[in-house]
Amino acid sequence: MTFFFEVLIGGLLSGVMYSLVALGFVLIYKASGVFNFAQGAMVFFAALTFVGLNELGIPFWLCVPATLAAMILLGLATEKFVLRPLVNQPQITLFMATIGLSFFIEGLAQLMWGANVRGLDLGIQDEPIQWISDATTMNVSKFDITAAGIAAVLVTVLAVFFSRTRIGRALRAVADDHQAALAVGIPLQQIWGIVWAVAGAVALVAGMLWGARNGVQFALTFVALKALPVLILGGFESIPGAIVGGLIIGASEKLAEVFLGPYVGGGIEGWFPYVLALLFLLVRPEGLFGEKIIRRI
Amino acid sequence: MFYREAGQFKTSYQADAAIFPIRQDRVAIAAVLVIAYAVIPLAATPYIFSALLIPCLILALAALGLNILTGYAGQLSLGHAAFMAIGAFASYNFMLRVPGMPILLAFVCGGLCAAGIGILFGLPSLRIRGFYLAVATLAAQFFIVWCLAKVGWFSNYSSSGVITAQAIVILGYTFDTPTAKYLLVLTIVAVMALAAKNMARSNIGRQWMAVRDMDVAAEVIGIRLVYAKLLAFAVSSFYAGVAGALYAYAYLGTVEPEAYNLDLSFRILFMIIIGGVGTVLGSFLGSAFIVLLPIMLNFTMQFMEQTLHLSIPMSAASNLELMVFGGLIIFFLIVEPHGLARLWQIAKEKLRLWPFPH
Repeated sequence: MTFFFEVLIGGLLSGVMYSLVALGFVLIYKASGVFNFAQGAMVFFAALTFVGLNELGIPFWLCVPATLAAMILLGLATEKFVLRPLVNQPQITLFMATIGLSFFIEGLAQLMWGANVRGLDLGIQDEPIQWISDATTMNVSKFDITAAGIAAVLVTVLAVFFSRTRIGRALRAVADDHQAALAVGIPLQQIWGIVWAVAGAVALVAGMLWGARNGVQFALTFVALKALPVLILGGFESIPGAIVGGLIIGASEKLAEVFLGPYVGGGIEGWFPYVLALLFLLVRPEGLFGEKIIRRI
Repeated sequence: MFYREAGQFKTSYQADAAIFPIRQDRVAIAAVLVIAYAVIPLAATPYIFSALLIPCLILALAALGLNILTGYAGQLSLGHAAFMAIGAFASYNFMLRVPGMPILLAFVCGGLCAAGIGILFGLPSLRIRGFYLAVATLAAQFFIVWCLAKVGWFSNYSSSGVITAQAIVILGYTFDTPTAKYLLVLTIVAVMALAAKNMARSNIGRQWMAVRDMDVAAEVIGIRLVYAKLLAFAVSSFYAGVAGALYAYAYLGTVEPEAYNLDLSFRILFMIIIGGVGTVLGSFLGSAFIVLLPIMLNFTMQFMEQTLHLSIPMSAASNLELMVFGGLIIFFLIVEPHGLARLWQIAKEKLRLWPFPH
């Protein structure tokens, strides 16, 4: 039973990491209706830029704002050169454009910093916390707890940003109805630029945590694929959905791998979340917290 | 001037319902077929056949399948490479386990298997739409490839999951040269493209388009959504399955399930978006574009290295290629969001009026 809980907690904590990536998707989808496939590439770009700057001898504390600036620049450039010319195109065209964008960002990142696998040390050890192990005989990684804490802080900050600030209110207005937002004088393009910049910042946090976990390498871009079932489970438009969905996916994926995997030859982590999300969608087609779309003729 | 239907009167219902009602179109199609069947086999080198024409045609067939689903029926799928994999592995197993199986029948059976699985994974489309459906089809992509790699029976217990396609023998003739394979692929693709074109303008094609434009409205005017959507998935997967079988038999020879990965799915999707959603012609143009683009980029890169005496390291070159590929895709989406097929439409309009401006 202890083992079960250990797997469960490990899964929940890794689910938090998925949520972090899913958050970036949700932000952009909410504000501009773009399903941004390049989020994974942005995570990769952020992590690689951070490590690359660090290797150049720039101190750690300076790397964070520098990378943040790079991500904001990337976000603004995306808005200007990719999204703005594609305004009013069908969603699938925008989606394909973001896939093209992800190729571009992946190429750019590796061109600038090389394709070697690098380690990223945030100074947090990936070791079990002693007193929890003593008290319950369960191993809970210090790193995972820290990551969960960072995610919680980030979500709180975003929630406050969305509900309490002027820009946040404008963002929600744009998310609700582009045309109405324009009509009351909200600068749409500026808002989109901000959203992409915020998504870039979220990508930086996700990239640093994932990079510290698994090493900074090309495989980071596949993190986006892990975040997709989280998204459809939680609903595309919902920040709480991304968190809850991440927890569910993380936990069920680990439990399935450990307890079901051996019977079918293992490696089911790759598809299990998708099948789970698919079955869930059959019951609730708009995800857990997604907006129910009322369709009229 | 060159492309004018004036003076071409339709005097029967048959003429009115003809697939190519304008004479110029018929001439153009005939010319394309003559070039494809007679001129190219004489002119092309084996390299062009195996590196360009064969993959181009096969992927066009797969894109055609996806175009039926996405372009005509409006259901987005990101898992089409998996249906190709089913076609390939099913054909392989039919050839392996059924003695005296004709290869064309094996392709058809492979396509039918893909169609069956396609219906299964199409079931969620009855409940969910848009990107939710797109992500759901990723389940097919990952699950099927995993399944083909894990279950040894599919690859006849080969240790690495790789299958070696049997020789293509039809009526005692072995299709082993690139030219012969090209002609076989061309014939299959031409027949299936004709079928797709006809399907698109028949009853079912119109049902699909109604479902695409608004499925609730389509249901209200009496279109059976279950039937139309699942048939779209079945037909689309059938095309993908046959394309996948050809991909294994006529192009690669030996394949592993990983050859049909997400990357291939995306490439097929690129083909229909860049070629033109909801057009048969677009599938071919898009396929040609996506197959040619990396080769052209590579070629340009080499050319630049030689003329400018730049020495670009291997890794930087591949990254540059990736960037240019991504950038060009964005560029094409921006300048022509309706795809290359739209350019052909515009060209036709121009040709109709030429040399007059209006």
